[in-house]
Amino acid sequence: MTKLVEISGLNIRFTGERTVYAVNDLNLSLGDGEVLGLLGESGSGKSVTLRALMRLLPKKRTQISGKVDVMGQDVLAMNDEQLSSFRGQTVSMIFQEPALALDPVYTIGAQIAESVVRHEGKSYAEGRARALEMLEVVRIPSAKRRLDAYPHEMSGGMRQRAMIALALACRPKILLADEPTTALDATVQIQILLLLRELQREFGMSVIFVTHDIGVAIEICDRVAVMYAGQIVEQGTLRDIVRSPVHPYAKGLLASTIHGAKRGQRLETIPGTPPSLAEKPNCCSFAPRCKLAEPRCLKRLPESVEIGPGRAARCVLAEPAAAT
Amino acid sequence: MSETNTSVAMLEPVEDVGGVAQPLLQVNGLTKHFPVRGGLFAAKRTVRAVDNVSFSVAKGETVGIVGESGCGKSTTARLLMHLMPRDTGDIIYDGMAVGQSLSLRELRRGMQMVFQDSYASLNPRLTIEESIAFGPKVHGMADGAARALARELLGKVGLVPANFANRYPHEISGGQRQRVNIARALALSPRLVILDEAVSALDKSVEAQVLNLLADLKREFGLTYLFISHDLNVVRYISDRVLVMYLGEVVELGPVDEVWDRPAHPYTRALLAAMPSSDPDRRTEKPPISGDPPNPIDPPPGCRFHTRCPFAEPLCANATPKLTALDNMGHEAACYMAIPGSGHSRAPTGETA
Repeated sequence: MTKLVEISGLNIRFTGERTVYAVNDLNLSLGDGEVLGLLGESGSGKSVTLRALMRLLPKKRTQISGKVDVMGQDVLAMNDEQLSSFRGQTVSMIFQEPALALDPVYTIGAQIAESVVRHEGKSYAEGRARALEMLEVVRIPSAKRRLDAYPHEMSGGMRQRAMIALALACRPKILLADEPTTALDATVQIQILLLLRELQREFGMSVIFVTHDIGVAIEICDRVAVMYAGQIVEQGTLRDIVRSPVHPYAKGLLASTIHGAKRGQRLETIPGTPPSLAEKPNCCSFAPRCKLAEPRCLKRLPESVEIGPGRAARCVLAEPAAAT
Repeated sequence: MSETNTSVAMLEPVEDVGGVAQPLLQVNGLTKHFPVRGGLFAAKRTVRAVDNVSFSVAKGETVGIVGESGCGKSTTARLLMHLMPRDTGDIIYDGMAVGQSLSLRELRRGMQMVFQDSYASLNPRLTIEESIAFGPKVHGMADGAARALARELLGKVGLVPANFANRYPHEISGGQRQRVNIARALALSPRLVILDEAVSALDKSVEAQVLNLLADLKREFGLTYLFISHDLNVVRYISDRVLVMYLGEVVELGPVDEVWDRPAHPYTRALLAAMPSSDPDRRTEKPPISGDPPNPIDPPPGCRFHTRCPFAEPLCANATPKLTALDNMGHEAACYMAIPGSGHSRAPTGETA
């Protein structure tokens, strides 16, 4: 499988009033036609990683180092002009809150047409035709009429479909999805997930899907990377991660989901709260909350060790298993 | 956790009047419609936010309310707390009709609420200790005693008083803030606590901590919960009985296992089927229903679900089905398919259910 995205040694630091080490030494790759899930809690750096891939982070307050390579192009070295043709055509993104991501003063049709005109150099009429086609692809009922609708005239699920249509209008190779179903109702969420799954197959795209909900990851991902404190603590195929997690954080996260827990039974929890990330971690970030922590966890940052084909964990407990 | 029980004076709980058999909360025909202002000549329209909702909550029970956005679950909670006036309907707390034999002030002692947004529901200019002590002081407790109570309650919800009492809401995390909100609700020694999406904004690992805390507090203080959530897994975990709401109406209610194992209303079935799978080898293949929940402004006539229901027949659009008992365990559903002899082709044929 060829790699579309290769991220190596990515560090992201926000400066300003206070410093936050949001992403620390992150390595990640995305294969052709693969759906990769970034799973983690708020503040774990999953959205920041996604935004770095499109260089959407505020320039003045962000320090990025490392290497982000998308289809042979070095994203971190691009100038503004290169960036704007890179966004939309190569990589495109859908957001959590479509009401905020869409422009309220333009109709849906105009917004989609504009992106086609800008990226593919087509005429506005051709752009409109593509917009209609895309609205039909995402199965918006009476698409022709909806072309002239403003975002506020649509329901939440419909708006999310419209945003997907906008993101896919220029046939990107890679789709980045930042919690696209979190703000939706349960019966709508499953419709959008199934739609994304279908479109991914149809268009042959690769997808990076950020979510905090394991159930959502199970519905859509092939491979999962679990993030904690700006690092990937474990990655592997969906089945491996769900069935036999290795890292204590991944284990705890899976155990604390309420799926099928019996009433009256206590839920398994991870004690404590995630670290503030005001300093660059120099030991295992999870050690203060970990049941299995040992003195050596606080001495150095554990390396990411391969524990199987395409499977890695960042924990000292995984190390001896890899050595033998 | 219990050795310090007697060291700090709590407010006396509102007295148990009716005994064990008397439901703690009885709601009959609760209705709230909001008029919608259109243009000058536009037809008058109404949001039927809550329409003829009736249920009861027994003492020591946890009742869950589930439904999608716009189904009226939060409006129901606000009506119960009297945060907004109701159009019609009775709210009876422990046998006493609110507004007649029970004053609003007494009701607020007996019933407290925890909201979804932990930050917006705390005064940013009060320290955590002051926020928790505020209620008891309003109800006549001396300042020193109220502050001591606040510190005691902080300990009960798992926050070390010495570290947290003098902090401001913006200085602590979301999970910690929600613990503060729970402590504040408990400060008046209520018997019923309404939790309106209280854990929905929290991360999964923190959510589990707060749910465990709620279970502990329920046991320690003998509380009754009304638990409102859109997360079916959480509702199943915490509730004894559950109400399913759709566009302002209760469509199904019953013991949680009955409703989960034998859902009678097609909406309940769709809601259950819409939960993401937990097994990578058994993903959902087909969406259970299509479309979004309709706008609660001028909802469809008849059964409000008939526009999205795969089994809808002409009679569903004509008249609203009533909640009908399905068995003797308190399982009820408002669907013509569950009512014998209703005329729906899928209705049970037996004369008596």
